[in-house]
Amino acid sequence: MSSTLAQILSQPWFIPLVVGVLILALAPLAVAGTVLLERKVLADMQARLGPMRVGPQGLLQTIADAVKMLLKEDIIPEDANKFMFRTAPIISFFTAATCLTVVPFTGVFKVTDVNVGLLVISAMSSVGILGIILGGWASNSHYALLGSLRSAAQLVSYEVALGLALMCGVMSAGTLSMTGIVNAQMERGVWFAFDNFGLMFVPMMVYFISSVAETNRAPFDLPEAESELVAGYHTEYSGFRWGCYMLAEYVNMFSVGSVLITLFWGGWLRPFPNVTWLDAPLNYGVPIVVFLATAALCLYLSRKQPIQGYAIGLVGVAVLFLVMAGLFAWPAFNAPAAPLFWFFLKLFIIMYLFIWFRGTFPRYRYDQLMNIGWKIMIPTALGAIFVNALVGIARG
Amino acid sequence: MLETLFFYAFAALALLGAILTVTLRNAVHCAISLIASLAGVAGLFLLQRAEFLFAVQIVLYIGGIMVLFLFVIMLVNLDAAARERQYHRQWIAGALSVVGTGLIFAYFLTRGAESLKLNEPVPAGPRNSEAVQMLADSLFREYLVPFEVASLLLLIAIVGSVVMAKKRI
Repeated sequence: MSSTLAQILSQPWFIPLVVGVLILALAPLAVAGTVLLERKVLADMQARLGPMRVGPQGLLQTIADAVKMLLKEDIIPEDANKFMFRTAPIISFFTAATCLTVVPFTGVFKVTDVNVGLLVISAMSSVGILGIILGGWASNSHYALLGSLRSAAQLVSYEVALGLALMCGVMSAGTLSMTGIVNAQMERGVWFAFDNFGLMFVPMMVYFISSVAETNRAPFDLPEAESELVAGYHTEYSGFRWGCYMLAEYVNMFSVGSVLITLFWGGWLRPFPNVTWLDAPLNYGVPIVVFLATAALCLYLSRKQPIQGYAIGLVGVAVLFLVMAGLFAWPAFNAPAAPLFWFFLKLFIIMYLFIWFRGTFPRYRYDQLMNIGWKIMIPTALGAIFVNALVGIARG
Repeated sequence: MLETLFFYAFAALALLGAILTVTLRNAVHCAISLIASLAGVAGLFLLQRAEFLFAVQIVLYIGGIMVLFLFVIMLVNLDAAARERQYHRQWIAGALSVVGTGLIFAYFLTRGAESLKLNEPVPAGPRNSEAVQMLADSLFREYLVPFEVASLLLLIAIVGSVVMAKKRI
């Protein structure tokens, strides 16, 4: 019995299959978590409380929203192009999920390592535009059509800057494979954001800003400017089809964030990956401190709950975090889990920055958006390629 | 076995998409069929272990050109175009050109039959990361001048279209 189990575990398709299923199963949950985080953080920035009613501290709010969304009546407008209306959200979600399959979460925990991984991601995100355009067109509504046209124009213009910024990272790494890029940073002993005497920071910023525009997030969320276009390309969508668009948007945020991390922030590597004596304090210390602090916060908040059930639930969450902290103190668990922790900690920071931008920057006008894209981002990215190529050659 | 199955699936996608592109009436549906056809070709590239070509095919054709096509099609009023007769019904001229093209193809295929080997396994080429490097080497070393001339041609086309589209620059 155990030998067959070992046989299955050692199959080459085993880890990709498990990770693929995990991605599909956990991505919607992660999206629900991110939406809750977004609402809470924005509320905090605006001196509100945010969702507080469903579950302790509103923890179950997005789950309830998801259930509501699934149970809603599915409306297709009378004059819509039915087939395209049904297909468009699927294209969006499919391309977004495909992007995650080439992301190496750690050296082992990944679906596949394509030799042209970065190109696959940019290919998939450019196909994702089709979902937006077709959805807006198929709705047969002016708001949706204008929203989708804006969105397509925005995505096409920022994709140029995005691709040029990626070039710098690829030049430093010398490969297009995502795993290879992280390994190159391990060999160089520096995250590419700080490589070339700090010059690589410029393309990193170009990539980050363009990726905010690429995911249609504030301050570049013109396609969904409520005051002008109601809800942009998904005005006519409701229920689960709208849910597909929303999932795709957030999964796209995860995938551009993952590319940013992989290319410029060392992927699954811990800070100072080559300094051996930092191994114990960083790989053991940071996760344990993070989980213990969260558990302590949960315990503190559990005393303030209005209902005893909520208090018990929050204590349960705290116990879960304590168990996680305990697991990270166990070397056999820590060795594979610490890289995963670093990856997701970085991803979490990027997501927080996305939300922070939304909370602080006012929306750009359309001409400002195009000016930033074509007159600032693309020339800066071209200059960065030139300078980084020269510096890279000079360093050998 | 699986590879053959995928080959036929992608080939069918490419052919079906191409046929639908010319037969459907709605221009947006035509564009989508063309996308399906291009995606089928991309899949065939992938089966030949040409990952780079696969990605470039999708980025350029589907993500770039077809998005612009759709962009333009949506801005144009399609109702009038969809009602119009789609073919000129010139069956004789059409049949003659098809037969002529077929004859030319048949002639050249029989002439070059020995260099055309069907049903042969894919040779174990260079690893793909090296393949990308080899492509870059041949483009930017051996064929640098033609490459630059081609890019100059594209630049001229872009500048020309801007000049023609704008009355006052």
